[in-house]
Amino acid sequence: MAKVTSKRVKGQLIPISLTINGTLHEIDVEPHELLLDVIRDRLGLTGAKRSCDVQVCGACTLLLDGRPVSSCTLLAFEARGREVMTIEGLAQNGKLHPLQEAFIEHGGFQCGFCTPGMILTAKTLLDENPDPTEEEIINFMQGNICRCTGYKKIIESILAAAKKMKASSSRI
Amino acid sequence: MLKRFRLEEPESVKDASDFLARHGESARVYAGGTELLLVMKEGLIQYERLINIKNIAGLDEVKLDDGVIHLGALATHCKLASSTLLQERLPAFVRMEKNVANIRVREVGTLGGNLSFAEPHADPGTVLMVLGAKLVAGKSSSRREIPVEKFFVDAYETCLEADEILTGIRVPLLPSHSAVAYLKFGYLERPSVGVALFLAVDGGGKSIADARIAVGCVGPAPKRIEEAESLLKGKGFDEASRLISKAGEIAGDASQAISDLHGSQDYKEHIVQVLLKRAFHQAYGQCQPGGKGQGGLHG
Repeated sequence: MAKVTSKRVKGQLIPISLTINGTLHEIDVEPHELLLDVIRDRLGLTGAKRSCDVQVCGACTLLLDGRPVSSCTLLAFEARGREVMTIEGLAQNGKLHPLQEAFIEHGGFQCGFCTPGMILTAKTLLDENPDPTEEEIINFMQGNICRCTGYKKIIESILAAAKKMKASSSRI
Repeated sequence: MLKRFRLEEPESVKDASDFLARHGESARVYAGGTELLLVMKEGLIQYERLINIKNIAGLDEVKLDDGVIHLGALATHCKLASSTLLQERLPAFVRMEKNVANIRVREVGTLGGNLSFAEPHADPGTVLMVLGAKLVAGKSSSRREIPVEKFFVDAYETCLEADEILTGIRVPLLPSHSAVAYLKFGYLERPSVGVALFLAVDGGGKSIADARIAVGCVGPAPKRIEEAESLLKGKGFDEASRLISKAGEIAGDASQAISDLHGSQDYKEHIVQVLLKRAFHQAYGQCQPGGKGQGGLHG
């Protein structure tokens, strides 16, 4: 591996435009800025949490063009021209998403720290597989850690949301 | 926290290579960043420049090219796992890709980045070794193909030259009556032991026509174990079944396992033996003429 260098690096600003929860933002970011810091500290959206900081726990999960990423280890400029969804953008017109409702109804969270990441990851799963088995849920969600260990309730919540979403789509 | 660096965004391999040649060790190629940014955040390593190669067109292609499967270095783990070409032709590779790290890392991390960073606890290098893959490295004026066995030099160290960039991976199609199995074990986020086996049987399915064995994660770099392979080649199934424990012992001894957080050397060597035995039975079942794995299957 290369040695650690101590030379001072001059600042560089990258102008980016990105959509966050449906709203277009135009901001300048430095190359080393992380998406999590931009979202939390500069835009005030604090649903995504910094926890393990090494892409293992999933508390910082955001959706980038609908796919889950660890925003703690994603450079902010990578979001240029793309759509970011945070947990704050999931409810539509004041109505909670079926996953949010199911997590409340089935006790899918205890302390709540992992919950935004859990729900956004589960949304990706249901978007690509509307009728997952319990095993498929466990496999897909294995990168999201709940230290209250409420996994059973989380899985029940996702199964319930899938059922509810399927029922409402078949009514349309 | 990340220290400040400058970002360069070349649009060709030549320009990227020129940046590397000009800035030497103060610059590093950046693709998914899932490995590199972790060590930079820890302050273990610092670069003045990162060279983002994701704007170079065509480096993420997955295609059949002149009878060889070409995997672009910038293809993400998710892209590889969902490729219909790979699902048909290299299902063992697909199954490995589906189990790399977690969904978020697979979404951003690239195969080329995984190989170039050469973190010892990784899956792809070990599987590519038994698949007989070659890695394509390019720079300003030339390109070369490197067999996987020659690519890994040590932990976090490859044979890539300072101004070379890994651009793709070329994997030959599997012959008929053959299969690949990859089994791994670990209780931490990263795998502790990985064993890959390519097996081909003769037309009647009675004897082992060819075998390739590689062990990864246990030591500094994935390692091909030819001594264990030669024990199986040309043997009938019953004899090979009797010899597989011995082959596993040889593979464990030759794997350069080290004692660390993932387990002691003895423990890892034992797991190599267990996994090779399981891989043998799995692959043998799949490469039978009537088996579902003809042409290479399942990990």
